[in-house]
Amino acid sequence: MNRSEGPEDLCRIDALALAGLLKLREVSSVEATRAFLDRIARYDGTVGAFLHVRTEDALKDAESAQRTLDAAASGGPEAPAFCGVPVALKDNLSTKGIPTTCASKMLEGYLPPYDATAVERVKASGAVVLGKLNMDEFAMGSSNENSSVKPVRNPWDATRVPGGSSGGSAAAAAAGFAAFTLGSDTGGSIRLPAAFCGVVGLKPTYGSVSRYGLVAFASSLDQIGPLTRSVADAESVFGLLAGRDPHDATSVDRPATASATRGVKGLRVGIPREFLTDAVQPEVRDTVRRAAAWLSAEGATCVECALPAVDYWIPAYYVVSSAEASSNLARFDGVRYGHRAGTYDSIASMYSRSRSEGFGAEVKRRILLGTFVLSAGYHDAYYGSAQKARAHIRAGFEGVFRDHDVLLSPVAPQTAFRLGEKSGDPLQMYLQDICTVGASLAGIPALSVPAGFDGEGLPIGLQLTGPAFSENVLFAAAGCIERSAGCLGRFPDLDRAVASAKGA
Amino acid sequence: MSYEIVCGLEIHAELSTATKIWCGCENAFGGEPNTRCCPVCTGLPGALPVLNRRVVEFAVKAGLAMHCEIAPRSVMARKNYFYPDMPKAYQISQFEKPMCIGGYVDVETSQGPRRIRITRIHIEEDAGKLLHDAYGTGTLVDLNRCGVPLIEIVGEPDLRSSEETKNYMEAVREILEAIAVSDVKMQEGSMRADVNVSIRPVGETALGTRTEMKNLNSFRAVQRAVDAEAKRQEALLAAGKKVVQETRQWDDNRGESRGMRGKEDAQDYRYFPEPDLLPILVTPEDVARIAAELPELPAARRARYVGTLGIAPADAELLTRSRAEAGMFEDVLAQGVGVRAAVTWMVVELFGRLNTTGRSAADLPFGGADLGRLVALVEAAKVNPGSARRILAELMEKGGEPGRLAESMGLMAVSDAGGLSVAIATALAQNATALADYRSGSAKAFGFLMGQAMKAAGGRADPKLLSAALREALDGAGNGEA
Repeated sequence: MNRSEGPEDLCRIDALALAGLLKLREVSSVEATRAFLDRIARYDGTVGAFLHVRTEDALKDAESAQRTLDAAASGGPEAPAFCGVPVALKDNLSTKGIPTTCASKMLEGYLPPYDATAVERVKASGAVVLGKLNMDEFAMGSSNENSSVKPVRNPWDATRVPGGSSGGSAAAAAAGFAAFTLGSDTGGSIRLPAAFCGVVGLKPTYGSVSRYGLVAFASSLDQIGPLTRSVADAESVFGLLAGRDPHDATSVDRPATASATRGVKGLRVGIPREFLTDAVQPEVRDTVRRAAAWLSAEGATCVECALPAVDYWIPAYYVVSSAEASSNLARFDGVRYGHRAGTYDSIASMYSRSRSEGFGAEVKRRILLGTFVLSAGYHDAYYGSAQKARAHIRAGFEGVFRDHDVLLSPVAPQTAFRLGEKSGDPLQMYLQDICTVGASLAGIPALSVPAGFDGEGLPIGLQLTGPAFSENVLFAAAGCIERSAGCLGRFPDLDRAVASAKGA
Repeated sequence: MSYEIVCGLEIHAELSTATKIWCGCENAFGGEPNTRCCPVCTGLPGALPVLNRRVVEFAVKAGLAMHCEIAPRSVMARKNYFYPDMPKAYQISQFEKPMCIGGYVDVETSQGPRRIRITRIHIEEDAGKLLHDAYGTGTLVDLNRCGVPLIEIVGEPDLRSSEETKNYMEAVREILEAIAVSDVKMQEGSMRADVNVSIRPVGETALGTRTEMKNLNSFRAVQRAVDAEAKRQEALLAAGKKVVQETRQWDDNRGESRGMRGKEDAQDYRYFPEPDLLPILVTPEDVARIAAELPELPAARRARYVGTLGIAPADAELLTRSRAEAGMFEDVLAQGVGVRAAVTWMVVELFGRLNTTGRSAADLPFGGADLGRLVALVEAAKVNPGSARRILAELMEKGGEPGRLAESMGLMAVSDAGGLSVAIATALAQNATALADYRSGSAKAFGFLMGQAMKAAGGRADPKLLSAALREALDGAGNGEA
């Protein structure tokens, strides 16, 4: 790219390319930041990806980043990797002095006094934080319709959902509202919206990215990960996020992988039959097969395989995640921060009124479900059984990974659905996670990569799943799909999105 | 019908680690409200606990001191309940897999020694405090105490009287104090007990219906509460009524309890393993290392004092009351002084002064070695006992080295022949009448002259030497005249 291209293009290239331009001082961080802010101002009224935009502060941060870049150019210390690159963060990441609401009325007005470790690391890479991104309330949802503020619309078709719960993060990355974004994934919350919005999304191995400062939904499942416009970006952002954090006892240093595999030659790819049934949209199934052909063409061997215990995935996931959520969300009681009911006559009524008013329907449903499955008399039958199922699921993956290096599957049974289409039926909504919750329960990495479009021009994402700490293998396989699919550089037409939103 | 009391305690003790259990905040009592806390111990959204490994060391120490087995793998669990002093709305504790299992504590009672079994000891976090009407009207929350590490010592229902219950609690307190894992300050709430009481006809082996009284924070309250509750239950049974399983609130001022919540209102804590923390692993090597660090425990020390050193049981009891006092006595002995002298100087002289001044051995400006050196000076007749008391008083005020204090205070004993004869000559010259009385056979006059000679020596003469020298001066002179 050169200077003759307009500021719009700064919003379309990937983060590594933008970082390169900034280091070469082809553009300034302020110019780039302003380009993104302008785009947000023009289109986000329709998309609804942001809950909070730091217009003034982001420009100040950009000026400061520019000073670092200028100093580096005149022989000073080298600027960090993403110096001056504008990014945006899911609103469940604690950001010092920046509202963090989890798209819930419950956390209205809450200003955290500290940064999440992932946020610290992104800031340390020199990135400029543009703002906080919309999501399903407390990350519970698959369509982003559970935001208490507003739904997010899919940039490819504004009548459709972006997927959830990191819908704002995926839509912002797809729409060019930020060079990359961070999301969180508990059962598919990065991968599903990445697939619906046509961007790359990585759910890392559990423990490889610190959860410190991520407002907890289900602690044994939650992971923070990047949503990016290229596989290379995802790898690069993951690199800066990963690593042990003394503030998170479950975080670990990534064991050094044997070699940073660049190609897929010799890679043994398994394609679980369970996700190629008639319940899956034909174009999605075809895309899986096409991707298998691309991988084979570059030297991988692709075979169909059986993935045991898939039937247990959804029930085990909703029991475990709701149980943990019922405990994690108990702290939102109106005592110290966030929403408190206006009137109450006892501590019990303050709790129940504040929580009844502050939480949305889906959050309440999960709290009730989680409280139930942990209750005396039901604990063993539900929570106990789900833990056993989880061990069984983990063992199932271990068995499959004896014969395969990576699994290739759809991310969701179909492409982005229409707003309101499934919001009346929680069970239909939960089934959106049917392909993704397995990796969450097993704590293994999974990545969503754009692999094509359906007949209506909606992105199709494919999921690559590997054993723990095999992110490098996932990046290699995703790189092959990215090169072959020709999706890279395809961009949603936001003017059309604005028009269709008005029509809808 | 006559009944026996069946009582079991759950004792909570705050551990005296430097920092809290999940974060780096200082672990200290008090402080301005909400100043000793951070996002972690106040449970802010997104904050995570990280286990302070010292807490494990302290809990293992307590477990070993109470003869428990140490679990090689134990698991933290969430105990879910809403209360404003618990900002996460769950307490991180241990449930199915506690750290220490199956121990005992030996307790002295008026009926002889009893062995009280310990079910388990687990680690958990303390909660904050509610301040009622402390700042205007209304209730506010102080979260300083959140995340202070606790152990909970769960005892079997082995206690058969209020006296036994109190003595058991004292024995536990003594052990925790001796191994230096807790301040055990009941008045600051760093040790407190939940008391479970039931009664049953003498001879019956099945347990009666029990009630629980929570958070009793003095030995006296525990003893009174057990007696009052047993009496209440007896009265119920006598009236043909039943004891209801419930939690009762003990009011120590009124000396009675009242029902708080029954079994049907019992909270369902919905325990589940804490996903934010890994299982706690303690290796056999860890256990061996910590066991080797354990000091001699008070009961064993008392037995040794009485059995091997021949110290009277009452004195042995006093000498082992606290880590500071026992340590001090050991340091006195280490100076090579006689056991009897050491005991006298500790119990009569030092404890006597501490009692009258209300001070504690832990905050004296001198140590046992200093006191031992002072006792050695007395034993070597370099300082007489009266001077030594003056030196001890000075030590208690300012500290110092006893030998140098004796010099600077001019209290080194007059023991040389020259010094003694000067004192005697002065006394005889100034007391001609007494001298004459002595000569005419008055035994009392010797005592008087002895006192005068000691006075002339500034009180510093060694009494034995002075007495011998005086006798020699008087009788020798008489002989000379004869």
